Amino acid sequence: MLKTFKTGGVHPPENKLSSKAGIASLPLPKTVVIPLSQHLGVPSKAIVCKGDIVKTGQLIAQSEGFVSANIHSPVSGVVTKIDKTPDTGGYKKDAIFIDVQGDEWIETIDRSTELNKTINLTQGEIVKKIAEFGIVGLGGATFPAHVKASVPKGKTAEYLIINGVECEPYLTSDHALMLEKAEEICVGIEIMKKAIGVSKAIIGIENNKPDAIDTMKRASTGYQGTSVQALKVKYPQGGEKQLIKAILNREVPSGGLPIDIGAVVFNVGSIFAVYEAIQKNKPLFERVVTVTGKEIAKPSNFKVRIGTPISYLIDLAGGMPENTGKIIYGGPMMGKAAINTEIPVVKGCSGILLVSSGESCRKAIEPCMRCSKCVSACPMGLEPYLLAVLGEKSMFDRLEAEKVMDCIECGSCSYTCPSGRPLLDYIRYGKTNVGKIIRARK
Amino acid sequence: MDKLITVSPSPHVHSGQSVSKLMYWVIIAMLPAFAVSVYFFGIGAIYLTLLSVASCVFFEYIIQKYLLKTPVRTSDGSAIVTGMLLAFNLPSGLPPFIVIVGALVAIGIGKMTFGGLGNNPFNPALVGRVFLLLSFPTRMTKYPVAEGFGTPMIIPSEALDASTGATPLGIIKEGIKSGDGIGQILQSEGLSYTDLFTGNIGGSLGEIAASALLIGFAILLIKKVITWHIPVSVMGTVLIFTGILWLFGFEGHQIVLDRTGISLPLLQYTDKNTLELVPFHMADPLFHLLTGGLILGAVFMATDYVTSPMTSKGQLIFGVGIGIITVLIRVFGAYPEGVSFAILIMNGFTPLINRYVKPRRFGKI
Ligand code: SF4
Ligand code: SF4
Repeated sequence: MLKTFKTGGVHPPENKLSSKAGIASLPLPKTVVIPLSQHLGVPSKAIVCKGDIVKTGQLIAQSEGFVSANIHSPVSGVVTKIDKTPDTGGYKKDAIFIDVQGDEWIETIDRSTELNKTINLTQGEIVKKIAEFGIVGLGGATFPAHVKASVPKGKTAEYLIINGVECEPYLTSDHALMLEKAEEICVGIEIMKKAIGVSKAIIGIENNKPDAIDTMKRASTGYQGTSVQALKVKYPQGGEKQLIKAILNREVPSGGLPIDIGAVVFNVGSIFAVYEAIQKNKPLFERVVTVTGKEIAKPSNFKVRIGTPISYLIDLAGGMPENTGKIIYGGPMMGKAAINTEIPVVKGCSGILLVSSGESCRKAIEPCMRCSKCVSACPMGLEPYLLAVLGEKSMFDRLEAEKVMDCIECGSCSYTCPSGRPLLDYIRYGKTNVGKIIRARK
Repeated sequence: MDKLITVSPSPHVHSGQSVSKLMYWVIIAMLPAFAVSVYFFGIGAIYLTLLSVASCVFFEYIIQKYLLKTPVRTSDGSAIVTGMLLAFNLPSGLPPFIVIVGALVAIGIGKMTFGGLGNNPFNPALVGRVFLLLSFPTRMTKYPVAEGFGTPMIIPSEALDASTGATPLGIIKEGIKSGDGIGQILQSEGLSYTDLFTGNIGGSLGEIAASALLIGFAILLIKKVITWHIPVSVMGTVLIFTGILWLFGFEGHQIVLDRTGISLPLLQYTDKNTLELVPFHMADPLFHLLTGGLILGAVFMATDYVTSPMTSKGQLIFGVGIGIITVLIRVFGAYPEGVSFAILIMNGFTPLINRYVKPRRFGKI
């Protein structure tokens, strides 16, 4: 039986152009730029200097606190500088620049492709190694994985939920990974089950990917307690809260975390990274990235080293189409518009989407006609039209009372609004300010 | 990179839905009822609708361009919808100036004084209609006898009585005053349910054919212009409420208004100590559903985006309110028909409903 979440949701055209493309490997770029802030939390601290020779997989930046993550060199070569580089939005952030020379990996990494099923580490050792190997949530939120895998005292996890939903239009990196690495993902799930101490794992996949559902079902048959749940297509089902609601019919309380209702959610990409880290001693320094767009010659899924400039990927996918009007880092619903093509791929980058100039402009803004379509679309049961008005007027007290902090910034409201109102822009503004007020109160 | 690219916050895609598309679907959904009105009232129906639409669009244009000096938004189609709805609520045969006054009140007072689309508290077409009803009570309640293309386009005041009749609800209200039973009245007027369903009855342009209006409802639902909540709660409430009254107060009985208030006929059956007799008529629920513009109101007027509540829960409360007020006016009030007033009254409650009825928040603790 197909499941889905109840409140709100929209159906943007799927446009999964690269779903049959497989995962292609790439020649290495000449230089890579590795930002020190690739995860949610405190930026890491560089432990290499200009002129240092590094190997692929070597630790180059250390985590600064519990909610932070290690960063490893994705290539071998020479550190040319540690300097500021613009992030997707153009803000300058610290990064390590490396000139690529050959591809020499550190010896500890097991480069064989053999499936290794035996899990030798204990629960504590697994969590420690996940932290050491710099694994973060690869679905986009980039929350450090070891934090999620450490169940806080007083709480118990009941279910491990694996997010194979990939509800963002266009993106297919998780899809491709499930088709090609199903066995490894299943072992990764076993590892994670052990880490958080649960016996049941459910993989959620939307039924627009029947091949992935079949593959994962077949691969998981040998594993007790692991099952696949097919889901009805609806955006934003890949949102943690919506996914748990769809699969377990439980709601994460407002302001709470999935663990409050006994669930821990990991994306399939993160689970695969966990497998590689624990079984193959491989730190997180590469990931699958979809490069796509209606005009692009070869929509593809690439296995990409972190730090590779996106222009390099675009060239390999057939070059930048003439009429490109917007470069989106991520999917069309929640991705960020990039300021240029020199920004590098980071751990949280699941795709690069090129949009033609015709489609890249927003429609004209008309007055709100109170059609309530945004209210019906909101998966969090909020009233976007109201939040937007309150945001516009900077009425932060009312915004807080109307639960603006529950907004997951999924964009369903702006997507739906017939009047083309930039609802989420105003809501984000309100959210940022209410967040500041709440933090100041503490 | 030497060309300019757009950088804006997410989301980067849009559903493609727009105000004008939605409005044009509302217009399309009204076409079946319009076709029926042309069939029964001939050229008069076309004249009335075109004049009303043209006046509404004209007034909106003039007011936006020259009075308010705001961007002209007549192309969004909302003035056309108001014009059609106003025409649908008028009897055929009205002289042009009444229609034009109605359009001016609808657009000028009903919509523009509040700041245009999205800000008006009351349904503009109904504001226009009620204004006309109060200003021209006779003209507004005389409905031409349908003769297809033989129906006169404009009925001069002298000929009013000869060529017009009343609506089924009006007929019943009058009939009961003279003491007849419902069955008797319907029979003597030759009214059948088939007539009610196909529109072969007296009434305003758009209210007569239940079947055509229901087709329009289906179109609105399929194209996701509206949800079921308001129409179904309005119609459901009227069915249930009139059903209860019908079961208790079978035809011919009277409600007795005595010093202690209203008592139902089954409990007290006397006219000794009465202060005043209020004729109590109770046609069956289906009759109430199919007459008096109930479906027109429930499907096209009460669902007006601007003046109805934002949440499904709020919309259900709104619909039930309209249903109850409609029945109260029809059964106990002086007017035979109550849908317009009921919608306007509930329009007044909409801000209150929006303030207090919130959607179910996800993860509410
Ligand atoms: S962006 Fe926020 S307000 Fe808008 S639909 Fe998503 S959760 Fe609701
Ligand atoms: S969808 Fe747009 S027009 Fe409709 S109520 Fe929401 S903000 Fe207003």
